[in-house]
Amino acid sequence: MIRFALRGRQPRWLLPVLAVLPIVLTYLLTAGPIRAAGANPAAAYERYVLQPLSSVDSVFEVLLTSTPLLFTGLAVAVAFRCGYWNIGADGQLLAGAVEATFFGLNVRGLPAGVAIPLVILAGAVAGVVWALVPALLRTRLGIDEVVTTLLLNPVALLLVQCLLNGPWRNPENQFPESAPIDPAYTFPRLLADHRLHLGFAIALVLAIVVGVIISRTPLGLRMRAVGRSPEAARFAGIRVERTMLGAALGSGAIAGIGGVSQVAGLQGQLTGGISDGFGYTGVVVATLATLSVTGVVFVSVLLADIIVGAESAVRVLQLPPQMGDVVTATLMLCVVAVLVLRRYKLVVRFPAALHRSRSRPGLGEDAA
Amino acid sequence: MTAPQPAAQPTASYGTGHTPVVELRGIRKAFGDLLANDDIDLRLRRGEVHALLGENGAGKSTLMRGLYGLVRPDAGQVLVDGRPVSITSPKDAIAAGIGMVTQHFALVAPMTVTENVMLSSVGLGPLDLAAARRQVKDAAARIGVAIDPDARVEALSIGEQQRVEILKALVHDCRVLLLDEPTAVLVPQDVDALFTTLRRLTEQGLAVLFTSHKLHEVSAICDRVTVLRRGRVVTTRDVDGAQARELAELMVGRPVTGVARDAVLGFETDEAPAARRDVDVPAKTVLRVRGLTVAGTASQGRRALFDVKLHVDAGEVLGVAGVSGNGQRELVDVLTGMREPVAGSVEVDGVDLTGAGPQRLMDAGVGRIPEDRHASVVPDLSVEDNLVMEHLDEFRRGPFVDRRKVRAHANRLIEEYAIKAGPTDTVGSLSGGNMQKVLLARVLDREPRLVIVAQPTRGLDVGATEYVQRQLLRQRERGAGVLLVSEDLDELLALSDRLVVLSEGRVAGELPVQEATPERLGLLMAGGTIEEVTA
Ligand SMILES: Nc1ncnc2c1ncn2[C@@H]1O[C@H](COP(=O)(O)OP(=O)(O)O)[C@@H](O)[C@H]1O
Ligand SMILES: [Mg+2]
Repeated sequence: MIRFALRGRQPRWLLPVLAVLPIVLTYLLTAGPIRAAGANPAAAYERYVLQPLSSVDSVFEVLLTSTPLLFTGLAVAVAFRCGYWNIGADGQLLAGAVEATFFGLNVRGLPAGVAIPLVILAGAVAGVVWALVPALLRTRLGIDEVVTTLLLNPVALLLVQCLLNGPWRNPENQFPESAPIDPAYTFPRLLADHRLHLGFAIALVLAIVVGVIISRTPLGLRMRAVGRSPEAARFAGIRVERTMLGAALGSGAIAGIGGVSQVAGLQGQLTGGISDGFGYTGVVVATLATLSVTGVVFVSVLLADIIVGAESAVRVLQLPPQMGDVVTATLMLCVVAVLVLRRYKLVVRFPAALHRSRSRPGLGEDAA
Repeated sequence: MTAPQPAAQPTASYGTGHTPVVELRGIRKAFGDLLANDDIDLRLRRGEVHALLGENGAGKSTLMRGLYGLVRPDAGQVLVDGRPVSITSPKDAIAAGIGMVTQHFALVAPMTVTENVMLSSVGLGPLDLAAARRQVKDAAARIGVAIDPDARVEALSIGEQQRVEILKALVHDCRVLLLDEPTAVLVPQDVDALFTTLRRLTEQGLAVLFTSHKLHEVSAICDRVTVLRRGRVVTTRDVDGAQARELAELMVGRPVTGVARDAVLGFETDEAPAARRDVDVPAKTVLRVRGLTVAGTASQGRRALFDVKLHVDAGEVLGVAGVSGNGQRELVDVLTGMREPVAGSVEVDGVDLTGAGPQRLMDAGVGRIPEDRHASVVPDLSVEDNLVMEHLDEFRRGPFVDRRKVRAHANRLIEEYAIKAGPTDTVGSLSGGNMQKVLLARVLDREPRLVIVAQPTRGLDVGATEYVQRQLLRQRERGAGVLLVSEDLDELLALSDRLVVLSEGRVAGELPVQEATPERLGLLMAGGTIEEVTA
């Protein structure tokens, strides 16, 4: 019989095990499907994980792919840390993207030195606006934010499609995409011969800033207290609602800047596919990272690695493109399952052994 | 060598010659690393009142809940009438003739007594209410109590509600009745009535097992007593031959002295206790509460607190007595800034702080130690972080938390308050006593003018209890006012200078400690007036 029992203290060996075990489990669980799809699992993993890191060029590709995940992962982690379950990073990212496009199409003729900070700020504001109503409903009226933030995601997507099929439809080819934005807003590339852009650097800087705030400042300590035990935080004189509102809006701002980065850094225009579910992947990233900022950076890059690898696996090994998602999803499930071990330990009991251990002189044994 | 088979094993070893109704063998239950029950053997005889005596946290409730199927022991065996039974749910326990009254009653307040009693036995078919009423009446007659089968449970007193719980067990023909801390919620007069009931039950051949941590109850009613300490059985013996003092020492595992105030004060200074407080000079009042009224929840009626007037002077401990649920929690909530009154005023040092939140109260020099420790510290954060949580702004350097200062602060308090933990351990991993010390250290280190403290020693072992009580008296010595809410009369009588009794949200009376006897307090707690009491 296997049972879960509460753990007293976390033993020292636990952390490394928690990091390695999910990866091993994922490999074991997905080897079958990969084999069934006609590829050698070892070769497939080489593609998924190692290949993308084998050349400088593809490493940059991985970093580029990780950029939106960094933004949304950070956004989600900030909110979750404070006990605010923001599932709406996707909508907030789209709001930032729309705002960036609005400036890119309508406010022309600014020098780049003004345009870029302006559009970043505008995107942050748009993310905040999109996050505002659920945050106020939660902190003022206690209405569950999971539902409200989640439901605003399709609203944002419909808004994007409405704009692309209406006023912003490309006048040249009538595709439901916006016209290219004013080049003044375009994020500069970080390197001459690669698409990696300013957005990645901004995401890294934000990660550092957020990390320092959470771990080093009184504000961060208050946020963590609110997230872990709102009653105790309130008791200690922390203004719980205000702190939570701040985290919710900060989360929206970060996601909004992520939207700007996709428009101004990568695509140069607004398209219907501007967010590939980044907000939801952000929840995955933050959860896998156990809400630590370093973890978010690491997990974003790892997921991006598998995404890039999956593309080449499609080409080289003829694996179906969904296989990358299968691997990522399995990894996610394994991590969440293994995280249970932080609080519980597995106790394996064999009925016979149980009674033997209980037997002592003068007391009968009932095991037949 | 193989262990002997159960059939060859004598089942009773007290020379009584008959099989015990219930026998527990080697019961063991762990919560994480904590062994709540360690290899417990217990035999319950027909017609006896058997006490399970032990300090808070000794594992009494766990053992009982295991026997009733509310928790699942990790190992061990239960025999009923000498036959092994498997009890995995209360259903099994009821089928085996075991009934239980849990510490917190499981009654549906808006339903009638009959409905509550029948609730656990109704099937899918129609309910014969007339027969049910008859059954309730019969059962009530059996234990010699008068109870209206049609009364709504919410209208009954706590003592009457407890009788309903006992009836619930009796209609199932139980032969063994388990009572978890039945006297904790009762005023002394109701305790006597309960004991009469228990006597009647045992005369009819029932066996009663009840838990308590109060010695005088054990000697008043029990035939035998089993003492538990840290999850283990220390001894089982007849009460007749047992000395109260001896039982106390077995319970706590060392000689007991108890915290008497004079002893503690003597510990502090060499002066004679009588000279401690200068009665001629009127002391400065640090807390003044007038007309305090707090809205109640549906089950409490309209008001949880009504027109409460009290004051605490500097250098005095004001004890607040009362049966739990009579407004103590609401009073503490208001005084700790966690709840707003609907009327009345709160003044600290002459400054009006009515409706002030935690921050303003702390700034005014109020130290707050409420009863729910888990809602006062953040269990998932470290000891050092929790210690600075109320005054984060004093521990910053520029925009950052001054980690070095935080650590030094933690190390100093850990040393000063003898907290058994490192600065980076999470508070949730500490024992109740050490968690309480963290809270004490955080509050008392600031030398508050007024300390609001509720149930400070609940669930603590004797050592920690003495320590906490000493610390509170030290505050009084320092000249602070202390408002102490406790359900432990002995604690109140040992620490307070003056006592007020809350009953149904009102101040039923006020007594200086010299005039307060358990009987008088009991009368006030039961709703008597001060005139009746002191007459
Ligand atoms: N559900 C639980 N989870 C974890 N620990 C528990 C649980 N129930 C009881 N304990 C712990 O087990 C010990 C014994 O508790 P309990 O049986 O309630 O003691 P008693 O009734 O003698 O005061 C205590 O230290 C308590 O904290
Ligand atoms: Mg108990």
